[in-house]
Amino acid sequence: MDAFLKAGPFMAENFSLLLEKTGEQLLLSLVAVLISLVIGVPFGLWLGHVHRGEFLAVSLTNIGRALPSLALIAIFIGLVGIGYANVLLALIILAVPPILSYTYIAIDSVDRDLTRAARGMGLTPLEVLWRIEVPLGLPMAFSGVRTAAVLVVSSATLAAVAGGGGLGDVILNQVAYGIEGVVAAALWVAALSILVDQAIALLFRLVASPGVKRVAAQSTSAPAV
Amino acid sequence: MSGFAPAGDPVIPDYGDVSQCVANNDLFCADWFAAQWPEVFQPALLEHILMTVLAIAIGFVISFLAAVLAYRKRWLTAPIGVTATILYTLPPLALFQLLVPLTGLTLLTVEIALVCFTLVILFRAVLSGLTGVPEDVKRSARGMGMDQGQILRRIELPLAIPSIISGLRIATVLTVSIATIAAFVVDSGLGSPILKAISSPFNTQFIGAGALAVLLAFALDALLTLLGKALTPWTKARS
Repeated sequence: MDAFLKAGPFMAENFSLLLEKTGEQLLLSLVAVLISLVIGVPFGLWLGHVHRGEFLAVSLTNIGRALPSLALIAIFIGLVGIGYANVLLALIILAVPPILSYTYIAIDSVDRDLTRAARGMGLTPLEVLWRIEVPLGLPMAFSGVRTAAVLVVSSATLAAVAGGGGLGDVILNQVAYGIEGVVAAALWVAALSILVDQAIALLFRLVASPGVKRVAAQSTSAPAV
Repeated sequence: MSGFAPAGDPVIPDYGDVSQCVANNDLFCADWFAAQWPEVFQPALLEHILMTVLAIAIGFVISFLAAVLAYRKRWLTAPIGVTATILYTLPPLALFQLLVPLTGLTLLTVEIALVCFTLVILFRAVLSGLTGVPEDVKRSARGMGMDQGQILRRIELPLAIPSIISGLRIATVLTVSIATIAAFVVDSGLGSPILKAISSPFNTQFIGAGALAVLLAFALDALLTLLGKALTPWTKARS
């Protein structure tokens, strides 16, 4: 319990250190998530729009979930070497599967009657995607981004083993910072993940259309696994 | 830092007579892997299985009871769900390290953390399985004179099995993956050879342990799928 009591003073004394490490971790995570969005979203939109690639989406999700982040970072130490590029690559590989498969499911599961009606009204395929499928699929697609972002921030804590910086530097360096430093950084990173999760939930509320939000609020009371 | 090999403990033993592959540090040296299997990889794999199965078993019992409780008392769903979600959001490394001052560098620490990560998935799976039982079926059961306990045991739980199994599959695969991080706390499981090789990168050790973890995840996933099919013979007749 002592370590927890001392964690508070440690945070106060090393506030600038923790802020700097938080900045490193957030920047690394943000870059990884943005690159993964650029890779995953177009593929997911396209596959979902043409209703193909269910097998790909399902197996990607399974493989993505089974890949241990520690093993991935370790393997890239051998292939890419120590440093930022290694960790970034590992994080992208972790983040693309949930983003791609959730986007695919989001678009694919939009009610076919609606897209047929839209086509009947004369909308081009691109308009159907942008004005019907994307707004309706947004809640599901966002939960993919949320999953990916939390996973990336979590795994970025491990970046320290490959010289990628972040709060893991403090958590994994008990020799330098003491047990109170480890506990302080662990509490800090825990709060960071929860904040990131909530920030993305807030972002969703800002961009979703009111009707879609109402439906999403109802469906989260019995969330699908 | 715990989990690392003590100084002087060779990461690549037997320097005298190594194959060309090991000398070059190629991607994967099958000969070296085979030689290290009995001493390094097999024990690590068995420890990993033990850690995973224990965590899933304990996590399932807790989630199951919580879900049945939340199913009876609906107002409990939100608080239990939120607690489990917050635990799930925590980075594994942080949760492990936060438990160390309380429970030490022990298997108990690892298991508490691993169980915490299974809760949200298993709780939701059991609950959505139970709430997914059609109202008509429950009314028929009541009409046949069953009481609440009988309906739960003989109607609702069997019908919830597919949802429960899919939750168990996701939780198991995740636990196998997270259990590699347990090597920071105890020298056990497939994360341990990985951590030991980080200070002197040797590809076969990374890839060997990583691949074993992925294969283990898929194997357990397949086993649970089979278990699900065996427990729900009626779904076969329908399809």
